[in-house]
Amino acid sequence: MPLPRQDDEVAIAAAGVVKRFGEVQALAGVDLEVTRGTVLALLGPNGAGKTTLVRILTTLLTPDAGTASVVGLDVVRDAARLRSRIGLAGQYAAIDENLTGLENLTMVGRLYGTSRAAAKARGRELLARFDLVEAGGRAASTYSGGMRRRLDLAAALVAEPPVLFLDEPTTGLDPRSRIGLWETIESLVAEGTTVLLTTQYLDEADRLANAIAVIDHGSVIAQGTSDELKDRVGGERVEVALETADDGAAAERALAPMSEDAPAVRDATVAVTVRSRDGVIVEAVRRLSDAGVGVADINVRRPTLDDVFLSLTGHAAEVDGNAPGGVDGDASGGVDGDASGEAP
Amino acid sequence: MRRLVTDTLIIAERNLVRLPRRPDLLLAFTVQPIMFVLLFRYVFGGAIQTGGVPYADFIVPGILVQNIAFGGFVTALGLNEDVHKGLIDRFRSLPMARPAVLAGRTLADVATNTLSIVILTVTGLIIGFSFGTPALHVIAGFGLLLLIGYAFSWVFAFVGLLVSSPESANSVGFIAIFPLTFISSAFVPPDTMPEPLKWFAHVNPFTIMVDAMRALWVGTPAGNYVWGAVVWALIILAVFAPIAVARYRRTASG
Repeated sequence: MPLPRQDDEVAIAAAGVVKRFGEVQALAGVDLEVTRGTVLALLGPNGAGKTTLVRILTTLLTPDAGTASVVGLDVVRDAARLRSRIGLAGQYAAIDENLTGLENLTMVGRLYGTSRAAAKARGRELLARFDLVEAGGRAASTYSGGMRRRLDLAAALVAEPPVLFLDEPTTGLDPRSRIGLWETIESLVAEGTTVLLTTQYLDEADRLANAIAVIDHGSVIAQGTSDELKDRVGGERVEVALETADDGAAAERALAPMSEDAPAVRDATVAVTVRSRDGVIVEAVRRLSDAGVGVADINVRRPTLDDVFLSLTGHAAEVDGNAPGGVDGDASGGVDGDASGEAP
Repeated sequence: MRRLVTDTLIIAERNLVRLPRRPDLLLAFTVQPIMFVLLFRYVFGGAIQTGGVPYADFIVPGILVQNIAFGGFVTALGLNEDVHKGLIDRFRSLPMARPAVLAGRTLADVATNTLSIVILTVTGLIIGFSFGTPALHVIAGFGLLLLIGYAFSWVFAFVGLLVSSPESANSVGFIAIFPLTFISSAFVPPDTMPEPLKWFAHVNPFTIMVDAMRALWVGTPAGNYVWGAVVWALIILAVFAPIAVARYRRTASG
């Protein structure tokens, strides 16, 4: 665990955070650090403890053990002061559906302590930024899924918080709304906002995050940049599809000298990890041809975060269709996927 | 303290602004009590002996108390909805006064309860109810109704945070309050009930509240009913407001 730095470069710090719900150990001692102005993605399957950690960092839950601070304020001791420095957008769009977009934002602004006029002005500003000007006077119940998420995110930004917590911001969104939300998050980060986001989507973490913390069963099991994590799995992978599975053993023998690790054979596919991709295809084909093994297809690829997740946890990260006992079971994207007819 | 007042008013405003946009809830405040009055007055009324007091005078205070006790039900449904939609998480992550979400809700209930009382009283006057007491007593009666309604709003606030779904809020409300109001002097004189029920009806706070309203509006002997009713309302408030706020502090959406 890295020693917690005391300077103000650390926006979010957690040390040994433990949380139990009865018999269930939701967090089993989480250490975490997010540098100011960066994005940390908390990557893990449903029930891994992501939401619990976000709730602790946003003062909604108190930890059973350990400490955590955001912008230097302790999440328990300084909770009241901390609340005016953070924004939270959850997996459910936390908006009042019977109020209009502008009424929602104005209410939140006033609850931060600003005057009605100032809150309204800020609300209009945010509606413009989030492409909701035309919908601003309509009840939020008429909004599409993507529009609700945008309004929810706008509500989290009312007080211009330096630190933003996004709990599965794109779960259940259609691809286009998803990319739109990513672009918004990127522009917030460009303005200097620190973001902690939870996700179960590897592409989301890959695209948005400076650093990724992989969380499983309440513990952070790996932390680093996307490239660092991929390096942990190994370098480039040469994958060869054989013409017949009968040649598996021969192909394994032929390719073994190319790597320190033994090639992996599965059915008619042989994979071998190599240091560098230079010339490896030619070499692999030559060795296989010398051994009399027929090659149907061959390619070299970088490990994906999928490979990382699989090698770290022993199970795949994407839970669509085969959720490993998902707790809230809303990963399949059906929550509010009614984003039809939405403006880009 | 100033923060508590401001935040409470903001939340109360939120709940009143959204009310006209929820016709289903609005019907619960308006049409439903009218139906109740008409049903009791014209369907059951003829068969119920009330010992000298005209049934219209007997039933209107009873229905008013029952209706006002149920009035806070919207708070249970609304809070439960807020929990499920993640709004409670949002509110709890804001730098607002902790009790304000509940205080604002229950304050908004006072406004809707006032609407219900007016509608019911007017309906009552149309079907033959008449005030038999000085104006000051009538006004005191309105005040007592609002106090009772406010106390029950906090009961429902607690229920709304406690139960897992609006449906269970519904059944908790129904199971707890329906028998309480019916085994009382609200609709029939308790003396016709079997012994155990009669005993329960006499100690039931609803009986005390209904009899207090009859004393204030019709002029039946007051006894200690009026003070008894006020004390009961204050006890309910003193118990349920703190436990509802304590529950709110620990509530998480999901």
